[in-house]
Amino acid sequence: MKKRKQRVNSFMVNGLLLFLCLVWTVPTFGLLMTSFRDRDVVSKTGWWTVFTRPDQAELTLDNYEQVLSGKTITLVDSKGNQQTVKGDNLTRAFLNSLTVSIPAVVIPILIASFAAYGFAWMDFPGRKVFFILVVALLVVPLQISLIPLLRDYGRLELTGTFLAIWLAHTGFGLPLSVYLMYNYISQLPRSIIESAIIDGCSHFGVFWKLILPLSVPAIASLAIFQFLWVWNDLLVALVFIGSKPGVEVLTQRLLYLIGSRGQDWHLLCAGAFISMALPLMVFISLQRYFVRGLLAGSVKG
Amino acid sequence: MAGVRLEKIEKTYPNGFKAVHGIDLDIRDGEFMVLVGPSGCAKSTTLRMVAGLEEISGGKVLIGDRLVNDVEPKDRDIAMVFQNYALYPHMTVYKNMSWVLKLKKKPADEIDRRVRQAADILGLTDMLDRKPKQLSGGQMQRVAVGRAIVRSPKVFLFDEPLSNLDAKLRVQMRVEISRLHTKLKNTMIYVTHDQVEAMTMGDRICVMELGRIKQVDTPTNLYRYPANTFVAGFIGSPSMNIVSARLNFDGDTCYVDSQNLHLRIPDDIGKKVRQYDGKAIYFGIRPEHIHARETNPEAADNFFNMEVSVVENMGNEVYLYFTPGNSQYIARIDPDIPVRSGDSHEMWLDTNYIHLFDGETKENLIYKPKTQ
Ligand SMILES: Nc1ncnc2c1ncn2[C@@H]1O[C@H](COP(=O)(O)OP(=O)(O)OP(=O)(O)O)[C@@H](O)[C@H]1O
Ligand SMILES: [Mg+2]
Repeated sequence: MKKRKQRVNSFMVNGLLLFLCLVWTVPTFGLLMTSFRDRDVVSKTGWWTVFTRPDQAELTLDNYEQVLSGKTITLVDSKGNQQTVKGDNLTRAFLNSLTVSIPAVVIPILIASFAAYGFAWMDFPGRKVFFILVVALLVVPLQISLIPLLRDYGRLELTGTFLAIWLAHTGFGLPLSVYLMYNYISQLPRSIIESAIIDGCSHFGVFWKLILPLSVPAIASLAIFQFLWVWNDLLVALVFIGSKPGVEVLTQRLLYLIGSRGQDWHLLCAGAFISMALPLMVFISLQRYFVRGLLAGSVKG
Repeated sequence: MAGVRLEKIEKTYPNGFKAVHGIDLDIRDGEFMVLVGPSGCAKSTTLRMVAGLEEISGGKVLIGDRLVNDVEPKDRDIAMVFQNYALYPHMTVYKNMSWVLKLKKKPADEIDRRVRQAADILGLTDMLDRKPKQLSGGQMQRVAVGRAIVRSPKVFLFDEPLSNLDAKLRVQMRVEISRLHTKLKNTMIYVTHDQVEAMTMGDRICVMELGRIKQVDTPTNLYRYPANTFVAGFIGSPSMNIVSARLNFDGDTCYVDSQNLHLRIPDDIGKKVRQYDGKAIYFGIRPEHIHARETNPEAADNFFNMEVSVVENMGNEVYLYFTPGNSQYIARIDPDIPVRSGDSHEMWLDTNYIHLFDGETKENLIYKPKTQ
C-alpha cells in the first residue's frame, strides 16, 4: 500500500519535472528550428510548422553559412529589383570573444586563489580587515564604476584594447572569486599544509603543489561562472571596446544583427546558436566538478 | 640523534587563552616519551611547539643542544605524524614519501633507495603506486609513518596517530610503532589520550592536566607510585578507587576511616604519615588489591561486606562494582569465584598497596615522586 503510494508520488514528481524541462526548452528549441529556416519562411510561418507541415519545412543551412562566412548573396525583392546583401561575419567576433574570455577567466581565478590562500593560511596583520574589505566589494554594482573607469582608461589610452576589458573583468570578478576560493581553501585540512611546511615547502610551493591541485573542483565551478559571465557580457564590452572594429566581441555583433537587419532574426538565431556552443561545451566538460564545487565548504566528508 | 629539552615553555594563544603553564621536560636521546592526558590538556599544543607549528610564548625548546625557538619547522630536523594522516591526496604513496627528499634536493637514486627501504619496513612495497584514497586507514597511517621515516629525522613527533583506527588495528599499529622505535632508536615524542597506549609504548610517560605536568616517570613507577590523585586515577584501567577519608591514629596504629570502611594501615606506611593524624585525606586502592574474602581467609581486618551492584565478566577476570552511599568501589577478582549482582559479598582490602593523598593538595603522602 505504502509502496504504491510512493510509486505514484515519484511518478508525479518525475512527470512535473519533465513538464518543466519541456517548457523551459521550448524557446531554445524554437530558436534552433528558426535558425535552420529561410528568411521568407520565417516571416510567414512559425517554427512549429516544421512539425505540423513537414512538407513545407524547407530546412536550410544558409543562415549558418552567411553568419559564419559573410557570404554575399543576391535577393530579388517584391518589385523585381536585384539587391546584394553582405552576410555578417561572426568568425572574427568569435575569436575576439575567446581572446577576451580566456584571460578574463584565468587572471581573476589565479589572483583570487593566491589571495584566498593568503587570507586562509598566512598570518599577517590586518588579515581579517582586508578580507572583509574585499568581500564587501561584492555589494558594489559594477555599473557605478563604469564611467570613472572609462575616464581613467581614456587617460591611459587603454580604451578599445583587450587589456582594458581583461582588467575590467578581472576587477569585477575578483570579489566573488576570492570569496568562493576562500571558502574552499580554508576548509582544506590544516594538517596537510602543516605537513608540507615541515617537509620544507615554502608558501609558494604549498600553493602550487598542494592548494591548486586540491582546489580543482572549486576552480572548475568558478571558471564556469566567470566564463559564462564574460562570454555573455555585453555591457562591459560596449563600454570599454565601444564600436572599435576588429575588436568587437560576439555579443556586440549579435546586437548589430538585429540592429542593422531589422527583422532578420533568422540570422540572429543562427548567431545565437553559434555563441551558445562554446559555453555549452565548457559546461559539459567541467560539469562533473560543478556540483562538488557548488557544495564546496558547505559539507565535508 | 638528539634529546629534546623543554625549559619553562609557555603558550598563550592569540585570544588570550593560556594553554601551557611553564613546562619543564627533559627527553633523553633515543627515548620514547609519551605525553598523555585528557582532552584539552595541551598535549598537542606542546608537541606543536616542539615541531615549530605553534609559536612559543615563553621559555626555551632545545633539540640536541640547539635552541630552536626561532628555527623554522623544516630546519628543526623533526618529522611529524598527524592524527588524520595528512597525506597529500593527489599524490601516489611513492610521491607522498619522496616529496620531502625532493624538496631537500637529494639525488634521485638516494631518494628511491630511502623510499623503498621505508616501504619495506612498513610493508608498503606493493602499494607505492596507489593514491591515498585507495588505501585502508591502517595503510594510510603507515604511509604517514613512512613519510616520517624517509627523512630520518632526529626526533619523531606523533600526535594521536592511532585514534582514527578501529580498536584491533590500533593494537596492531601500536606494536608496529614500538617495534619501529626499537629498530630506529630515534627520539620519539608520542601524544595520546589513551593511557593504555601510553603504558604499553612509553619508555617514560609525561602525564599532563590543564597545561601542567602532573608527573613524569616510567610506566611501572607511574602505576605503583602515582604522585597525586590525578595520575592515580588516570593511569590504570579500571581506574584506582579514590575515596575521601580521615586519618586517625590509635597509639602507633594508623587507621583510615571513610563512610563505609575502617582500614588498618601497615605500620611502615603509618610511620610516614604520622603528622596527618586527624586530617582529611584521600585514600586510593587499585581494583586488583580488593580481593574476595575467600582468597585470604586468615585476614583479621580490612574487609567489608557489601552488595554487588554490577558484575562485569571479562573472561579472564571479573570486575565487581560496589556502590555504597555515593561512593563507588571497583574490585577485580578471579573469574572462578562465583558472584552475582545483587548478592552481598565479603571483600578484603590489601592495605599494603594503599595510597594516601593529601586532602587539599592531593599529593601522594607516602612516596615522594622522583624529580626527573
Ligand atoms: N588556536 C587556538 N586558540 C585558542 N585556544 C586554543 C587554540 N588551540 C587550542 N586551544 C586551547 O588550548 C587547549 C589545549 O589544546 P590542545 O589541542 O593542545 O589539547 P589536546 O591536549 O591536544 O587535546 P585533544 O586530546 O583533544 O587533542 C584547549 O583548551 C584548547 O581549547
Ligand atoms: Mg590534540
